[in-house]
Amino acid sequence: MLPLLRHARYVLSENPVTGLAFGLFAIFLVAALFGPLLAPYNPLQSNAAMALKPPSAAHWFGTDQLGRDIFSRVLVATRLDLTIAFASVILAFLLGALSGVAAGYFGGWTDRVVGRLADTIMAFPLFVLAMGIVAALGNKVINIVIATAIINFPLYARVARAEANVRREAGFVEAARLSGNGEARVVLGHVLPNIMPIMMVQMSLTMGYAILNAAGLSFIGLGVRPPDAEWGIMVAEGANFIQSGEWWIALFPGAALMLAVFCFNLLGDGLRDIIDPLKRT
Amino acid sequence: MTAVPALAVEDLSVEFRTRSGTVKVLEQVGFEVDKGETVALVGESGSGKSVTAFAIMGILDPAGKVTSGRAMFGGADLLALPERELAEQRGRELSMIFQNPRTALNPIRRVGQQIADVLVRHGGATRPDAPRAAVEMLKKVRIADPERRVEAYPFELSGGMCQRIMIAIALACRPALLIADEPTTGLDVTTQAVIMDLIGELAHESGMATIFITHDLALAAEYCDRIVVMHAGHIVEAAPGRALFAEPRHPYSAKLLAATPGGTASLAELASIPGGLPDLRRPDLPACRYSGRCERRIDDCTRPLPRRSVGDRHIVACWNPL
Amino acid sequence: MSALLDIGELAKRFDVGGKRLLHAVDEVSFTIGRGETVGLVGESGCGKSTLVRLINRLLDPTSGSIRLAGTDLADLKARAFAGNPNRARIQMVFQDAGDSLNPRYTAAAAIADPIRRLKRLSGADLRRRVEALADMTGLPRELLSRFPHQLSGGQKARVGIARAIAVEPELLILDEPTAALDVSVQVVILKLLQQLKRELGMSYLFVSHDLNVVRLLCDRVLVMYLGKIVEEGPAAEIFADPRHPYTRALVSAIPQAEPDKRVGRLRLSGEPRSPIDPDPTVCRFYGRCPRGEPRCAAEMPLLRSAGPARQVACHFA
Repeated sequence: MLPLLRHARYVLSENPVTGLAFGLFAIFLVAALFGPLLAPYNPLQSNAAMALKPPSAAHWFGTDQLGRDIFSRVLVATRLDLTIAFASVILAFLLGALSGVAAGYFGGWTDRVVGRLADTIMAFPLFVLAMGIVAALGNKVINIVIATAIINFPLYARVARAEANVRREAGFVEAARLSGNGEARVVLGHVLPNIMPIMMVQMSLTMGYAILNAAGLSFIGLGVRPPDAEWGIMVAEGANFIQSGEWWIALFPGAALMLAVFCFNLLGDGLRDIIDPLKRT
Repeated sequence: MTAVPALAVEDLSVEFRTRSGTVKVLEQVGFEVDKGETVALVGESGSGKSVTAFAIMGILDPAGKVTSGRAMFGGADLLALPERELAEQRGRELSMIFQNPRTALNPIRRVGQQIADVLVRHGGATRPDAPRAAVEMLKKVRIADPERRVEAYPFELSGGMCQRIMIAIALACRPALLIADEPTTGLDVTTQAVIMDLIGELAHESGMATIFITHDLALAAEYCDRIVVMHAGHIVEAAPGRALFAEPRHPYSAKLLAATPGGTASLAELASIPGGLPDLRRPDLPACRYSGRCERRIDDCTRPLPRRSVGDRHIVACWNPL
Repeated sequence: MSALLDIGELAKRFDVGGKRLLHAVDEVSFTIGRGETVGLVGESGCGKSTLVRLINRLLDPTSGSIRLAGTDLADLKARAFAGNPNRARIQMVFQDAGDSLNPRYTAAAAIADPIRRLKRLSGADLRRRVEALADMTGLPRELLSRFPHQLSGGQKARVGIARAIAVEPELLILDEPTAALDVSVQVVILKLLQQLKRELGMSYLFVSHDLNVVRLLCDRVLVMYLGKIVEEGPAAEIFADPRHPYTRALVSAIPQAEPDKRVGRLRLSGEPRSPIDPDPTVCRFYGRCPRGEPRCAAEMPLLRSAGPARQVACHFA
């Protein structure tokens, strides 16, 4: 563990941008974990008297059309958005990476089935497919997670399959079999760890898309519903007020979205550098 | 020998800039190759033999820099030539073949086309004539059924055949100098013998000089006129093959021979070389990079290395030779 | 010497489409005795790698038997062999040590893997065993926590060897174990292998291109060509007096510094015959052999005795 931490510190010191990403991530994490405790106002509390007030000392991000404090809402929404994103990514990884590795390692029918499944999913415009899945399964947060996972499946499966295919002929795979590892163990214990670095990058990139996806679905009314605080809905609600000059209602949640996606993209590279032993000298 | 050598390398030094410091990969390397002669550069990994070849050809890694020296070839210093002029020489007067023939050939171009490319670019052949000339080259390197093979892709050919194609490409314009970097490593011993014979014959036919890089001393001794032994970026000994085997004068050459299977009857008689390569990043490297592991080290060994002549074309860089 | 390994008419034919079969290994029979080192030589494409994979049970044979001290392993499916109690009895040292080590496993983890899987050791016992193996193979203990890319060629080779002997196999297959190593490191590794063989009472199957090394290490040598064994005998004799024309070509091709020691040169021209649907009545070497008589194309030569412990498959040897 210690060498890993030491290496982590080296990576962060070498690349300040990665450090920045980790810093941002830490902030998001704190917001997600402690949001409700740190919020200065109740995010659901409406106050008609204070509606549509611009940012001020009392309300850092201003108030929305129902007088709710936007800062509190953005803060609290972090938990929901991050949870949706994490859950989708992990589900996508489990489904996609595992089938991809199996397809790449075993070939034959496994490869064909997984391939056709991925092709079928990719035949649809992905966002429309997500909409369809949520509409079909019901307007609940869990279904956003499932829909996002499904539309990301082909990407994970493809990458995992390609990586497993390359590794399948490698000496260490044969050595693993000689060492008494059954096929399942070879795939999970020997091949999969080798594709994790690239999967890490994949996962953090997809985190960004997952957040955008959830926001997008909520924007059009599928998934998260008012009065829950979620960045997408907030942008949707705020969009109505931009023309009349109340820019802060859409901007702040939008900025939060942007920063989150930015942070996760950068995180992916940094994470890969830390985890990949080849980067260690 | 009063004739001008085909290639004369003098005082060649090369440095590499790396994350952990500057590595002095080559230091004052100097040797000559006469017309029609085959010289072997022999050494273990890290000896600098391939870097020497890359430096001469001007294809060093961007992190590498020639810090001193000349490579006189055809009256000009290759190391001082601008890239454009060097590119003119490469392929025409100066050619190279590499270790892994399959990866050295373009996998998506037919082999005949690859030979034709060189002929058109450097050999003055015209596009329409080139395919026929390519078939002629295939015949020259003894590939059976050349009219058909000329249409093949590299992946369709065996390792030995790919190496012949590479030789055909390298020799298409009858260069004055051929550098062969471990061309037979990875090939079967029977194929190796045939390829080495082929290179020897073609070289002999056209009076071409050859530099042959290898880690296999016996191979060098059988096929080359002279052997240059390298260690950690230095030339430690240079001698005709037989003389080197019969009477190695540098302690490292002797140890290398003692570690090479082939002459001895049993494993017990083989001896490994004690110690390891020095860290070439150190700024305080001793003048003799072998002295750290040499049992014959004397005080003089801290002085800059000599170049002592100890026989006919036999030089050794040692203060206390055997 | 009682036979440890008894290979009987082992064959592997691959389906290459259109009902054509590639005869990678063709009715091969030989034995390896306890404590013996048997060398296997032949050019690329001769079937050495396939034969090795059949013996170490990573591949299933088409027909034939693989008897290890009496137990026929050919009946057991390769896919399921990992869980079989016999798995630990045959192990292998790979050609490219770097490629055979999982880049994400430390040296200690690589060595521990077979012990964990096949000997069911864990915790402190496992750690002790790994350290003992490191000591046995001359690998400094500090290097156990390193990853393969942080180790030198010689160090990686030692890790590969430690892993292979970790479960105390009876038969160790060595597939060009020193091909990628410098000559001085090779000496050390070869001596180590020699020593370990004695200490642990193993038998070796030593596959190599480098005939000089084979000559040093092996008691007996098998020469393979296009899926068949064409010559077999004591190492010293094979090199001093090769009988099969292919063996002669092989031996005469070994680079030799002293001109007077160069054995009568026999150069092979052309390429080997196709291993796909080979004609069973034509000698596999016909066409490339400097001596080709009508009999060679009418009758496949079989391995027959050419002296005590010597066999050659040629009509004219």
